[in-house]
Amino acid sequence: MAESRNRRWQRATVAEAVDVADRIMRIVLAPEHPRKVRAGEHIDLELELNGRTEMRSYSLVEANDDGSRLAITVFHTPHSRGGSEYMHTLGVGDVLRITEPLQDFPLRVGAPQYVLLAGGIGITAILGMARVLKAVRADYRVIYVGRSRSAMAYLDQVREEHGDRARIHVDDEGTSLDAASVVAELAPGTELYMCGPIRLMDAVRRAWIERDLEISDLRFETFGSSGWFDPEEFEVEIPRLGVNTTVGRDESLLEALERAGVEMMFDCRKGECGLCQVTVQEIRGEVDHRDVFFSEAQKSVRPAAKLCSCVSRVATEQTDDAAAASGTISSSSPVETTHPVPRLRIDVS
Amino acid sequence: MSITTEQNATQAPAPGVTADVSESIAEHTTPEQITTAKIFPYPLNAWWVAAWDHEVTSKALLSRTVADKSLALYRTEAGAPVALADACWHRLAPLSQGKLVGNDQVQCPYHGLRFNPAGRCTFMPAQDTVNPSARVPSYPVVERDRYVWVWLGDPELADPETIPDMHQMSSEEWAGDGETIAAECNYQLILDNLMDLTHEEFVHSSSIGQDELSESDFEVTHDGNTVTVSRWMYNLDPPPFWLKNMRDKFPGFSGKVDRWQIIHYSYPGTICIDVGVAKAGTGAPEGDRSQGVNGYVMNTITPETKRTSHYFWAFMRNYRLESQLITTQLRNGVHGVFGEDETMLKAQQTAIEANPDHEFYSLNIDAGGMWVRRILEKALRAEGREQA
Ligand code: FES
Ligand code: FES
Ligand SMILES: [Fe+2]
Repeated sequence: MAESRNRRWQRATVAEAVDVADRIMRIVLAPEHPRKVRAGEHIDLELELNGRTEMRSYSLVEANDDGSRLAITVFHTPHSRGGSEYMHTLGVGDVLRITEPLQDFPLRVGAPQYVLLAGGIGITAILGMARVLKAVRADYRVIYVGRSRSAMAYLDQVREEHGDRARIHVDDEGTSLDAASVVAELAPGTELYMCGPIRLMDAVRRAWIERDLEISDLRFETFGSSGWFDPEEFEVEIPRLGVNTTVGRDESLLEALERAGVEMMFDCRKGECGLCQVTVQEIRGEVDHRDVFFSEAQKSVRPAAKLCSCVSRVATEQTDDAAAASGTISSSSPVETTHPVPRLRIDVS
Repeated sequence: MSITTEQNATQAPAPGVTADVSESIAEHTTPEQITTAKIFPYPLNAWWVAAWDHEVTSKALLSRTVADKSLALYRTEAGAPVALADACWHRLAPLSQGKLVGNDQVQCPYHGLRFNPAGRCTFMPAQDTVNPSARVPSYPVVERDRYVWVWLGDPELADPETIPDMHQMSSEEWAGDGETIAAECNYQLILDNLMDLTHEEFVHSSSIGQDELSESDFEVTHDGNTVTVSRWMYNLDPPPFWLKNMRDKFPGFSGKVDRWQIIHYSYPGTICIDVGVAKAGTGAPEGDRSQGVNGYVMNTITPETKRTSHYFWAFMRNYRLESQLITTQLRNGVHGVFGEDETMLKAQQTAIEANPDHEFYSLNIDAGGMWVRRILEKALRAEGREQA
């Protein structure tokens, strides 16, 4: 039950690679050291990108009983950092490095009612849970939201396996989901598990807090927590230490500071513990908070005061909002025609 | 979950069947047969009794170890029992030394993190949010027949339907009470003890033992999860314990009796023994027990560690239900009898430890206990935990 915090790496061979929906591919991996898989688990996977080794996390959609076959699903995002492109070139027999299954999104058996909410590729984290809840005869509903049917993987499977318990919402058919109404319908004590785009999850979270439901009954996968903005390169400066460096699109602020020789404190490296927080002195751009440590109120402080360096970033200020975000360096600095690189001046503990 | 692929047809070999891996393991371990293991491993996909109903309250936390897992047990205000792992998520301080606070929550004694019955953290000091990953395991738990049963294995398999039948404990047709023995031995030694009652003649000679026990024949039957050992003895003098019981129901009784012991084992650790005597020749073996007295010894054994056990027992009877005196006398009587077993079991465990190179050998009388061991062995293999 107590899951290990240590990543154990192993080799895995691609046993199957097939397209299952528009730009969505299912890859079955045969790991070197199989073990039984639990709902909600994911693997981290290493891939080679432009000569660099990078890591990505993928939910385990399915596995056989002894875990010797692990299925993941890869969505080909046009704006991605290249990872999904690489994954889509994989073929049977290719060998990868993956971790043993990791659990950051455990399903608890025993709640009176469940809602499983999947947005797009988030269905990959939700499918296994739905199967478990069906098997233990729990009272559950599956809500699956997507842009268009062709882009929704495992749609038939969801309908076949969960029948009346499944509800499908498709944006381009005009049946978009109203997150607030989902929350409004819940009986107190219901556990809601969600995985999907940040905007969807934020909307649910807000409605949840507004209804004053027990916050621990709202469950979500945090590794995927993309930010509100695409990752951009930005500059960072620590005047006290004379440090000046650039944070690349592919790395975190924490990594960049460590690379620059700053001794940083951290533990979780996924925006949960708050140990890696830095103090903002000046900012050009907007903080893209991607942690769950700071509260909504703390995150909405202007000018930004603190951020978790392991996950949060700085993005170019959105022009429409620029005026609204008064008090920031950028809005009071002279108007420039080209976007200046976002910039952060901080201090660390 | 399932995946169908062509490669999937190549299944992992069954334990002990040709495979490089299992061969190399076999070299370093004892033979395939673990039925006669001295320190018997315990299955986790099983309902074990953690406590008596009255021990688990909404006033205070109870610390108890089951199958080498320390648990913090308590009850919600609504009365539902809760079993959390007894180690805080933060720095592993024992939650059982903390306190119960509003809304059925446990507050860690060290830095005050709070956990709800689901094991999720609901409060962290000095910050505005709660880390959503912070939790302690919360185990499936069911209260039934005066006991609190806990499931430490795969929660998806925890089916309350498989809790052993101990209905006499909560039936209006039965009365009685019991105790817990802190037994200093492996749990299976106690199951062995209860599955073979010929030891009564030697261990319990002053109360329930009599020569006819080891002289009479017995019958053993079994299925997937149960074993039954039946023994009938005819036309004998009742030993002191049974003479007293007969006189409670039939004042002034004297004479010969027919005596029975029907031992029912249910996976993983429950043994209910249907015991009694009836006036000789009045039809008890054929089913008419009206001229006799009938008790049920309700035993359920829980491994605490590999070498210590919680031995929960009660003695229930179906006559003179109104007499609290008889309830107390019977509980005290069985307390004395089981004290003799406790001493023997501890001595046996000590001798086992002192003689690590000696093995167990078996007798005819061990048939019941050996079938119990076989059932447990299968469960252990299914979990891949047959190596102690
Ligand atoms: S290291 Fe834990 S929040 Fe950044
Ligand atoms: S150890 Fe429990 S709060 Fe710190
Ligand atoms: Fe005994």
